[in-house]
Amino acid sequence: MIAITDMTALELSRALEAREISSTEITRAYLDRIDVKNGEIGAYLTVTYDEALKSASLSDSRRARGEALSAMDGVPVGIKDNICTKGVATTCASLMLKDYVPPYSATVIEKLESSGAVILGKLNMDEFAMGSSTENSALGKTRNPVDTSRVPGGSSGGSAAAVAARMAPYALGSDTGGSVRQPASFCGVVGLKPTYGRVSRYGVVAFASSLDQIGPITRDVRDCAAALQLISGFDGRDSVCSREEPPDFSGCLGLGIEGMKIALPEQFLVEAVAPDVRSSVLHAAEICEKLGARVDVVSMPSLENALPTYFIISSAEASSNLARFDGIGYGSSAPGIDSVDELYRKTRSMYFGPEVKRRIMLGTFVLSSGYYDAYYKKAVRVRTLIMREFNSFFERYDIVMTPTTPDTAWRFGERKSPMAVYLGDVCTVPANIAGIPAISIPCGADAGGLPIGLQLFAKAYNECGLLRAACALEDEFGGSGE
Amino acid sequence: MSRIYEAVIGLEVHIELKTGTKIFCACPTDFGAEPNTQCCPVCAGLPGTLPMLNEKVVEYAVKAGLATNCEIARYARFDRKNYFYPDLPKAYQISQYDMPLCERGHILIATGDGEKRIGITRIHIEEDAAKLVHDDRYGTLIDLNRAGIPLIEVVSEPDMRSAAEAVAYLKKLRSIVLYAGISDAKMNEGSMRCDVNISVRVAGEDKLGTRIEIKNLNSFVSVQRAVEYEFRRQVAALEAGESLIQETRRFEPSTGRTFSMRVKEDADDYRYFPEPDIPPIILDNAAIKRISASIPPLPDERRRTYMEKFGLSAYHSEQLVLERSVSDFFDAAAALTEHRQILASFILSEVLRYMGEGDAIAVSPAQIAAIADMLGSSRINGSGAKKLLGALWGTEGDPAELISALDLEQLSDRAALAELAKRTIAQHPNMVRDYKIGKQSALKALMGRAMSISGGKANPEILRELIVLELEGQ
Repeated sequence: MIAITDMTALELSRALEAREISSTEITRAYLDRIDVKNGEIGAYLTVTYDEALKSASLSDSRRARGEALSAMDGVPVGIKDNICTKGVATTCASLMLKDYVPPYSATVIEKLESSGAVILGKLNMDEFAMGSSTENSALGKTRNPVDTSRVPGGSSGGSAAAVAARMAPYALGSDTGGSVRQPASFCGVVGLKPTYGRVSRYGVVAFASSLDQIGPITRDVRDCAAALQLISGFDGRDSVCSREEPPDFSGCLGLGIEGMKIALPEQFLVEAVAPDVRSSVLHAAEICEKLGARVDVVSMPSLENALPTYFIISSAEASSNLARFDGIGYGSSAPGIDSVDELYRKTRSMYFGPEVKRRIMLGTFVLSSGYYDAYYKKAVRVRTLIMREFNSFFERYDIVMTPTTPDTAWRFGERKSPMAVYLGDVCTVPANIAGIPAISIPCGADAGGLPIGLQLFAKAYNECGLLRAACALEDEFGGSGE
Repeated sequence: MSRIYEAVIGLEVHIELKTGTKIFCACPTDFGAEPNTQCCPVCAGLPGTLPMLNEKVVEYAVKAGLATNCEIARYARFDRKNYFYPDLPKAYQISQYDMPLCERGHILIATGDGEKRIGITRIHIEEDAAKLVHDDRYGTLIDLNRAGIPLIEVVSEPDMRSAAEAVAYLKKLRSIVLYAGISDAKMNEGSMRCDVNISVRVAGEDKLGTRIEIKNLNSFVSVQRAVEYEFRRQVAALEAGESLIQETRRFEPSTGRTFSMRVKEDADDYRYFPEPDIPPIILDNAAIKRISASIPPLPDERRRTYMEKFGLSAYHSEQLVLERSVSDFFDAAAALTEHRQILASFILSEVLRYMGEGDAIAVSPAQIAAIADMLGSSRINGSGAKKLLGALWGTEGDPAELISALDLEQLSDRAALAELAKRTIAQHPNMVRDYKIGKQSALKALMGRAMSISGGKANPEILRELIVLELEGQ
């Protein structure tokens, strides 16, 4: 029989529905697995043993009474540590919030709990979600389960590593510029950034408010659809959350991609993209054609401006969002201070890491009087142009296809220059800038055996089309990317 | 002083909106609750929380704009004003920067030279900050009850030229928001707060002088005194050949002087940018029309009605409309009596004095209308009316019954009053002597004595006539 931790979330759900297994057994299996693996992988910052077993036991009682809250009642999940969990530390992998325990839960946590999910613990990340390797975590190192000498990607590195290492059947991450898709790509799993507004942001510690979106990291596309179902939908606590009723995402799968029109932007088939990655994407394009889709190589010139636009807007918003960490109301506070200005200065100097400081300074600069027009205002205008270009492409195409990253997972410490790391986000940021959904699915491996991710974009609120195409490709690639 | 100077004054007034719940969460906004009992994760700016705009705030702000003749934006948005201060939990205030909800309005004030129009530059919505409480034992403490209370900031044009005009503007603005029913506007509780911008220049010049801002004035008297002091200070500086620096000052009520808080060079760069967490406000004509229809008649409209329909003086009309509660009371009583001028005068002189500041009127419109009728038909005189008011205050007594019970009926019987006149004159030969040599005060003195002998009940007009007759006949 297949090991519990090797089953997908939907396989677990089916086994639970069939009473072949209990949530307590599943949860114990995962907690045991975490005990064995977390020392090496470092995916979890907090493991909520007692709470998880209690939730599992409650789930089992519900199922025994025939009162399961959902098909996923009793299936465990891991949570990125920037999503607030009432009574459980939510650190953002920062010294600033090392001991912070929120008094409320994020909307997605409430939604998971009301569907009976069992939360296993909180997952490592780049500090405040700023980074692409989880090396910016102030609280621990997460290794890529595929090759532990390499980074798992980031910022949701703990989430991707946990799913890849079978330490959670699925996990939630947050994606501001690729932070779900890029680590999913590096670890060989599936990562989805939903449409901006599909999932409530209430309770995710804000990095860049106009870009942040919570998304699932899963073993395969079917799990991804099921996980998205659990967390999406209107929320009266997030003004930008859509009132649109989410469709049945799982129901969109299995329809194939015959007749779909797919655009392949030449901007992401250039020299800067590693040859193995390029050939994997081109191979995927061939598969699409084989399956009856039409693939056109197109030019989307505005994509070249997405990266600078992203860094200006995200840093500007971050500089404002992170200003609240001032040593007064909550979080860490510099000791032995007697003036309030000194408290601000010392607290923020001591407890923010270098990357966070860099973004705050960049954001403060681009919003400063005298520079606002040249940077922030211009970036907002370019953003509109990028949105328009995507919209015009989505009049003609169902899907835009690119690599998820120009390269595969790198070795720890290999990328020292922030610019080199920033450039790695070039393929993922357009989805956040345009507010559209995007998914990364495994599409092969490079010469060194490292996973390569294929990214698909669809128009806003067309997760259905996106998941349908991803599922068809995944079936062709052969399952959960191994 | 060799030259004549004038003050150029503009006001920035913050007004708390009484929407019942806060601007971005469902916490209550009651004044005076125990510290930190009306707050939630959103008010505290906890990581991950988001603002949800209270639609009533937009409605009230639109009412404020319509009531002050502003143009209402069809598209407005919120911006973040970024600065660090312990009373600001998120380290930014959600406000409106370059796309405010209301612009280009005006209100009318009464001045010595008649009506004057004061321009309103803009009205925008923002959230209030928390309150810092200084405690001897624990140092500075934060009360989050006030954090997130909805405010409008009303910015005037620099159209005022004196402390009196500034106060008249502030009073008129207060009266308008009270009528519109959008705020308690109590300066002593901080639900209405005022910053004054003032510069001086030689009268007749076009160029504006150096602008000084006086922050956080919390009473009409403070505004009056601060402006008067600042005008003198600035004129004295200019006369002494000093140049003024653009700065922010604070007014100290105990000394009546202003003190420098910070100069302009220290001013923060607030790094405003559009608030990404709140979609823009979009209003259509139908929404604005609906809000407009819900505004009750405003003071200027009522004032015109009083003058044109009831024949009241401009002064009485203006006084009556200052407080909506007074005007409402007058309207209710005026519907019950034909003697509206007597009613207005009695309310303004006697009822308001009885009431004191901040209290409610503890008599009914029907009771006061009955008193006005009795005054109008000479059944009682002014002194009897005062006594009657005292007896009725806080009771449901019937004025008609009370005048008999208290024996307040006016004495108008000519024979009895002639007897009274004779007797008084006989008793005070010295006053008669004074009267004969032309001292007008003597008549008043005699009237006073006679009224006093009658126990205040004599009809003063008949009595005066009879005393004069008696004196002239001697």
